[in-house]
Amino acid sequence: MDIVADVLERNGLLFAFVVVGALMLLSGWLSKTLTRGRLQGSAIAIMLGLVLAYIGGVQTGGEAGLADVAIFSGLGLMGGAMLRDFAIVATAYGVDLQEIKKAGAAGVVALIAGIVVSFVVGAAVAAAFGYTDPESMATIGAGAATYIVGPVTGTAIGASSEVIALSVAAGLIKAVVVMVCTPLIAPFIGLNNPKSAMAYGGLMGTTSGVAGGLAATDKRLVPYGAMTATFYTGLGCLLGPSVFYFALVGLFG
Amino acid sequence: MVLYGVAALALCMLIGMLIGDGLGVLVGVDANVGGVGFAMILLVVATDRLRKRGLFPKPTEQGVLFWSALYIPIVIAMASTQNVAEAIGGGPMAAIAGLGALAAAAALVPVIARIGGQSEPLPPMTEAEKQEA
Repeated sequence: MDIVADVLERNGLLFAFVVVGALMLLSGWLSKTLTRGRLQGSAIAIMLGLVLAYIGGVQTGGEAGLADVAIFSGLGLMGGAMLRDFAIVATAYGVDLQEIKKAGAAGVVALIAGIVVSFVVGAAVAAAFGYTDPESMATIGAGAATYIVGPVTGTAIGASSEVIALSVAAGLIKAVVVMVCTPLIAPFIGLNNPKSAMAYGGLMGTTSGVAGGLAATDKRLVPYGAMTATFYTGLGCLLGPSVFYFALVGLFG
Repeated sequence: MVLYGVAALALCMLIGMLIGDGLGVLVGVDANVGGVGFAMILLVVATDRLRKRGLFPKPTEQGVLFWSALYIPIVIAMASTQNVAEAIGGGPMAAIAGLGALAAAAALVPVIARIGGQSEPLPPMTEAEKQEA
């Protein structure tokens, strides 16, 4: 047994290919037999991945889901930011620049609206739960934007570590739910063309959520959604500790 | 040569990331601002020009298409490495904040997608495209 584990650990990335391959095979079969193809195999595979991530996280107490289990550590490299962004950029090959230009205005509006809406909703929920100081409201609002904007904002304005942890959890919930729910809500919000995908990316902003959600909906939409989502975290980190925080101080400070 | 495609893709991504990081420094945030987006635009423009001059032949193209095809498996690997345990452990306030932001933003998609005229839905996927997915 030791030899097997040793080989798998030393060749982590290769084992990750095998694991994901098996997961996709199983998901494709489940998609055909259980849902008669109505829910795409990739959507099921992403959900199974999240379940495995939960199990891995509970088992090890780590932060990287299943990748914290030694023999599955290769998943961390395969699904890490470097290869993820590399593959996202590759999906843009052959994209029509005209489509992007056409959706440019909508994309910019979506970005700003997405950040403002997340901040406001997050801050309102924080206040409803009794976190009424501007630091906590701003931090949790920023966390509702993405799980990176939350801690960046919280650290900059001096929020408590408990509130920062909550802001990360809020952003993680959003990312996970966007991955799972995008294919389910897509028909209701007209998410079936490049322009609505760019609006969606800008409004949601979580790169991992949008990347996973659009993959499970229609892979051809990925480059458009990723295009706007990639500006979201940077813009959020800019606005969170400045404009948004000062607005809250002015209103409630 | 397949590697030319992979190398071109990697170069576009690195330049995009540099622009994104530079933009971050410029506006004073510790984050990459739009790196992936710049990389994508760079890839589209550069490959389009090379193709027109006949400098981006099929084998080179394969180097890019391979990584594009690996996108979904990579996203599945990404899903399996998310911190789901902490997300669920955050309690009701974190969940409501995250879900509320999601619901409010989703409701705005049809409104904002209307800016600049309605768009046609993409045609249904062909069998070949389905096979790929």
